[in-house]
Amino acid sequence: MSDFHTLSLSDLAGLLQAGEVSSQQLTEYFLARIKQYDDQLNSFITVAEQQAMQAAEAADVRLKNGHTDALCGVPFAHKDIFCSEGLRTSCGSKMLDNFISPYDATVVHQLKQAGAVMLGKTNMDEFAMGSSNETSYYGVVRNPWNLDCVPGGSSGGSAASVAARIIPAATGTDTGGSIRQPAALCGITGIKPTYGTVSRYGMIAFASSLDQAGPMAQSAEDCALLLNVMTGFDEKDSTSLERDKEDYTHALNLPLRGLRIGLPKEFFAEGMNVAVDAVIQQALQQYKAMGAELVDIELPNSHLSVPVYYVVAPAECSANLSRFDGVRYGYRCEHPENLTDLYERSRGEGFGAEVKRRIMVGTYALSAGYYDAYYLKAQQLRHLISDDFKQAFETVDVIMGPTTPGTAFRIGEKSDDPISMYLSDIYTIAVNLAGLPGMSIPAGFANNMPVGLQIIGNYFDESRLLNVAHQYQQGTDWHMRIPKGFE
Amino acid sequence: MNYETVIGLEIHVQLATKSKIFSAASTAYGAAPNTQACAVDLALPGVLPVLNKEAVHMATKFGLAIGAEVAPRSVFARKNYFYPDLPKGYQISQFELPIVGTGHLDIELKGGETKRIGVTRAHLEEDAGKSLHEDFAGMTGIDLNRAGTPLLEVVSEPDMRSAEEAVAYMKKMHALVTYLEICDGNMQEGSFRCDANVSVRPVGQAEFGARAEIKNINSFRFVERAINYEVERQIDLIEEGGVVVQETRLYDADRDETRSMRSKEEANDYRYFPDPDLLPVVISAEYLEQVRAELPELPEEKKQRYIDTFGLSPYDAAGLTASRELADYFETVIEKTGDVRLSANWISGEMSARLNKDDLSIAESKVSAEAFAGLLLRIKDNTISGKIAKEVFEAMWNGEGSADAVIEVKGLKQITDTGAIESMVDEVIANNAGQFAELKSGKDKLMGFFVGQVLKASKGKANPAQVNELIRKKLQD
Repeated sequence: MSDFHTLSLSDLAGLLQAGEVSSQQLTEYFLARIKQYDDQLNSFITVAEQQAMQAAEAADVRLKNGHTDALCGVPFAHKDIFCSEGLRTSCGSKMLDNFISPYDATVVHQLKQAGAVMLGKTNMDEFAMGSSNETSYYGVVRNPWNLDCVPGGSSGGSAASVAARIIPAATGTDTGGSIRQPAALCGITGIKPTYGTVSRYGMIAFASSLDQAGPMAQSAEDCALLLNVMTGFDEKDSTSLERDKEDYTHALNLPLRGLRIGLPKEFFAEGMNVAVDAVIQQALQQYKAMGAELVDIELPNSHLSVPVYYVVAPAECSANLSRFDGVRYGYRCEHPENLTDLYERSRGEGFGAEVKRRIMVGTYALSAGYYDAYYLKAQQLRHLISDDFKQAFETVDVIMGPTTPGTAFRIGEKSDDPISMYLSDIYTIAVNLAGLPGMSIPAGFANNMPVGLQIIGNYFDESRLLNVAHQYQQGTDWHMRIPKGFE
Repeated sequence: MNYETVIGLEIHVQLATKSKIFSAASTAYGAAPNTQACAVDLALPGVLPVLNKEAVHMATKFGLAIGAEVAPRSVFARKNYFYPDLPKGYQISQFELPIVGTGHLDIELKGGETKRIGVTRAHLEEDAGKSLHEDFAGMTGIDLNRAGTPLLEVVSEPDMRSAEEAVAYMKKMHALVTYLEICDGNMQEGSFRCDANVSVRPVGQAEFGARAEIKNINSFRFVERAINYEVERQIDLIEEGGVVVQETRLYDADRDETRSMRSKEEANDYRYFPDPDLLPVVISAEYLEQVRAELPELPEEKKQRYIDTFGLSPYDAAGLTASRELADYFETVIEKTGDVRLSANWISGEMSARLNKDDLSIAESKVSAEAFAGLLLRIKDNTISGKIAKEVFEAMWNGEGSADAVIEVKGLKQITDTGAIESMVDEVIANNAGQFAELKSGKDKLMGFFVGQVLKASKGKANPAQVNELIRKKLQD
């Protein structure tokens, strides 16, 4: 068999459990695909061939002994934001280019325990700050649907590699849309769970109150399998929520009859790409055909999301990134003359422009005399934004709209215009501010580039989101499309 | 012009938890550098803090003990500044919403009156590591063992008016936290240290003068000296037409002076904001009651009990309750001897003097409470006199064994055999016939001379009461 890459994670897991293929075969197969295609994409920062083959061998022993964890032996990749013991964990930054993590993030540990085989670490915007993967120290990632276009960000490497089928699935993180936006621009499925559902321990912090990890894969079903392993209370993360373990596959096949879908008028306002709008409208009609009801709703404060986000996230990151000081690990400038010089040059040389911009914005927003006007005000508005959703979920079950205002833009198109870049997350950011679960699924193409449909749920409604997505994917094949040149 | 001194203290109480405030690493003192710093203490990428429940428990005990409101909801905040021994580039502390609100502590003044010192707040925070500048030529070593050690910072109102009051407050606070067993009180290891805010103003002026904050003072003596030096410096400055500026100063114990560290203008903007990695600390009414029930007898309560049930003077009671160890020692001695007065006198007297001489605390006493009680019992049963007991105590202090062993080996047992004492009395009378005649004719003050001579002849071992009685008997013969 030579087309494992056309199969979903769930299919591959089935073959492994049935003994029809070994983990070592699959691992070799996908490592070969990475070798063959990643020169075009630049989606990996580190390929951990040796570690992967060892893990595959161990997985095969477990499988032979009747091990039934669904993900045992399945190859996948981690975004390079998750600390992985013995491997470079760069977070896409020169600052951590020399950092070999001495410990595993909880998510890394969980997937290891489940027997999943990590093939490497995927490229990303530096410290997850970016919407195009252009801020990575390791270079831009290319969108497999058009190599001149960005894959989105910050989980651009994960999105591009899954879209090109050089890996069946990957992890991502989402602070303002970093799973959903690249998933949309690359035509894959990604879900950001409710804040507190997946442990943040070992996931290098960008904005602690917004960061949340989640899976990126071909389908909702694949995401459900990954979520089953990635979620759960972690005593090492104080913001992790103590809830019973949930089987996210249990609701996949429920019918959608009577589902109330809220359509916020703010998500369909002017400025939206006409071709994208058409794709979304078509998807909504399909939901209607499945028995769902479309309800117009309002999220009156959603226009505040981007400004609020660009105060809260930089403020938190300005403190979170203070530990990168050239003292204990990471980049240190040559021949520092004194302590101030050590700090200034290590940070000045180790961080890229976008990271420095956000540190400065955040430092400013927290400064004496400005705190009330910026940070405090932003926190107040954040409550208003959450309240909008709370109210909406009193009348609807899920909220839908486009994941992004347009399709993947060309490399370099927005890199000199931060505001325009920030606006590409305009529909995703509010979800993080409210801590809600949200996902993006492929809904078609506009100008030959994938379009993502965003589905937002109430707190802890991941199972319903996956159900809503899965039912759509049962009747469509957008999620199964493979970009030309990667078939 | 006459000046009034105004002092407020910020006391850093290192909480005696086994592990750090946000990690599982040990807080034990004195380990090899960086052996007690885990991934969280090193601030590796991706790590997160988890609050140590015991630190909250201890802060709650403290709040209840000073009559303060323990906040139903308090919040950890990040205090941002760069320093190599601060691994995260921010210290996790509490800012707007501390765990302990307004409370108070009463101190005893010299005249015997008490003064109430207000406590503004107390908040939980983590300590930083240590920078070692001496051992590395041209470089600085960083030891992160201390990083993340829990501290309770207790901020007082500017209620103290002299260095003596500040010391009394600090000592009282020291006694309280050790009573509560929330701090080991070891000042040399930095477990209990303070920053002193000192200003002066002309007597009668309502507003405060500009204050200097003297950092990191770790002994009662230094607090007193540093404040006195600073007060003098500020008054001299004003008298010479200068202006006191608000600044941070360092006390140099070797030179007995304070030096400027940084002025207000150079002060950091710490950019405090709530730490998003930690949830607010929520304290329920039930929890509060549970902790209240666990509180030990506090110094004030103990002192009152000593006055009421032991009949001690307020002065003696205050002295014996000054530290929990001393009070415990005292109570053990009472229990063994059944004699409050004798125990109190000997602990406040001989024992205290001996400890002072060697600059030791009661916990470091060379004579245990049990052994000390053994000594007092021998006084009580007339085996030895009080005078001999002092000699026995000295021997015990020097490690020569129990009171009984010392008495035995040195042959210090009191002579109570009437026959033996009588023959000594007879001898003394025979040798001093003239004086005896004078005594007999009414020169009573010679009585002391004769008793003294007999005791001397007995090498102090004769029971003085018996000697007295026998001489009186001889006078009547």
